[in-house]
Amino acid sequence: MKPAWFDYYAPRSLEEALRILGDAGPDGRVLAGGQSLMPMLNLRILSPDVLVDINRIEALNRLDVGADSLTVGALVRHADLLRNTPLREGWPLLAEATTQVAHPAIRNRGTVCGSVSHNDPSAEHPSVLVTLDGTVVIAGGAGRRELPAEQFFTGMLATALEPGEMVVELRYPRPPAGTGAAFVEFARRLGDFAIAGAAAMLTMRDGVCEKARLTIVGMGEGPFRAHAAEEILTARRIGRKDHQDAFAEAIAKVVAAVNPTDDVHASSAYRRHLAGVMAARALETALARTGGH
Amino acid sequence: MAREQRIQVTVNGKAYDKTVPVRLSLADFIREHLHLTGTHLGCEHGVCGACTISLNGRSARSCLTLAVQADGAEIVTIEGLRAADGTRHPMQQAFHENFALQCGYCTPGMLITAIELLQENPNPNEQEVREALSGNLCRCTGYQAIVNAVLSVARKETTG
Repeated sequence: MKPAWFDYYAPRSLEEALRILGDAGPDGRVLAGGQSLMPMLNLRILSPDVLVDINRIEALNRLDVGADSLTVGALVRHADLLRNTPLREGWPLLAEATTQVAHPAIRNRGTVCGSVSHNDPSAEHPSVLVTLDGTVVIAGGAGRRELPAEQFFTGMLATALEPGEMVVELRYPRPPAGTGAAFVEFARRLGDFAIAGAAAMLTMRDGVCEKARLTIVGMGEGPFRAHAAEEILTARRIGRKDHQDAFAEAIAKVVAAVNPTDDVHASSAYRRHLAGVMAARALETALARTGGH
Repeated sequence: MAREQRIQVTVNGKAYDKTVPVRLSLADFIREHLHLTGTHLGCEHGVCGACTISLNGRSARSCLTLAVQADGAEIVTIEGLRAADGTRHPMQQAFHENFALQCGYCTPGMLITAIELLQENPNPNEQEVREALSGNLCRCTGYQAIVNAVLSVARKETTG
């Protein structure tokens, strides 16, 4: 239970970090909160030659709550989100999901950008970023590039990051007025890796759904955006009391589309069932939260 | 590249200046280099919570932090909870009075986690206590007494 040897660097600037990462190429790893990376090193699932600890780069510890968007830098911890009142009010979906990330000591150290970079299929932050139409800001030796969240996540524990690159920032647009959102997950014990979960966001105007977002957690390949379900709901009249038909059609699309894998925690069939249950709960709660708040 | 680095840390108010292997965990540093064996190691991958310490005022898993990362940090372990005159911390006293430890293996992490909870939320209800402690496993399954102890400190029912 001890990591293999690595070369350890703790640069003070992003430029220096990117130079070291670039030199290391595929043998280098970024160490931020370490709450996913350190277990993998201790268990020797990973044994990188070079660790670039970014914790001393003050410029990455940036959390900006703007009028139009929220910017979360690479050193912002889960707990930092929960301690920020304007953030919790403007991005309640992000806050609600963050309360369900692991346990207090993990939330004190683990970073939002780290969770997104890791893309564990049961993680909260990748699905929230997709649901909120967020953007991933990537830096590397060749400069910066930005990707929409959905293009960033490419599969189980896989992302569009190239060797030598790292996530420096996430941006979340402010949800418009009339939006309700909810994040729900199911785990055997509070804070454990979720077996399944769902993030839903509905923007309503005069009883019509202007925009629907629904993302399922825990289906094996990172966030699963339920496009077919979103199409069922978009531009549809969805009443507070007569939404059952629309939601039932959307949930049927979710259950038909997900393709979860079997593992020690749950069978594929059970995960598929849970995807529908989680989607239903998230949509119901999101709708109840539209308007009037 | 040097495989050892010099670090300066303050643990329980005492300053240390040590040279450590870069791959050494903070937990192993505290236990094997400082000989403060009150911090326990269970799973070594962040699940059990036994190694939880206070790092710059926030609870952290010492098994998921490298010793070199603690350079310049202020750390409090269970050995630092007692007052200088030996008086138990109110949370320790409450654990004592409520029979909130059996084998004692989880206790150091439970105490650090519970103390942080009451700093952030001085009046938690039972559910909030259970949520805060959900990342600390007690293999004796003595959770009820632990929850009672934390609530008794919040209600100022302990004698300590």
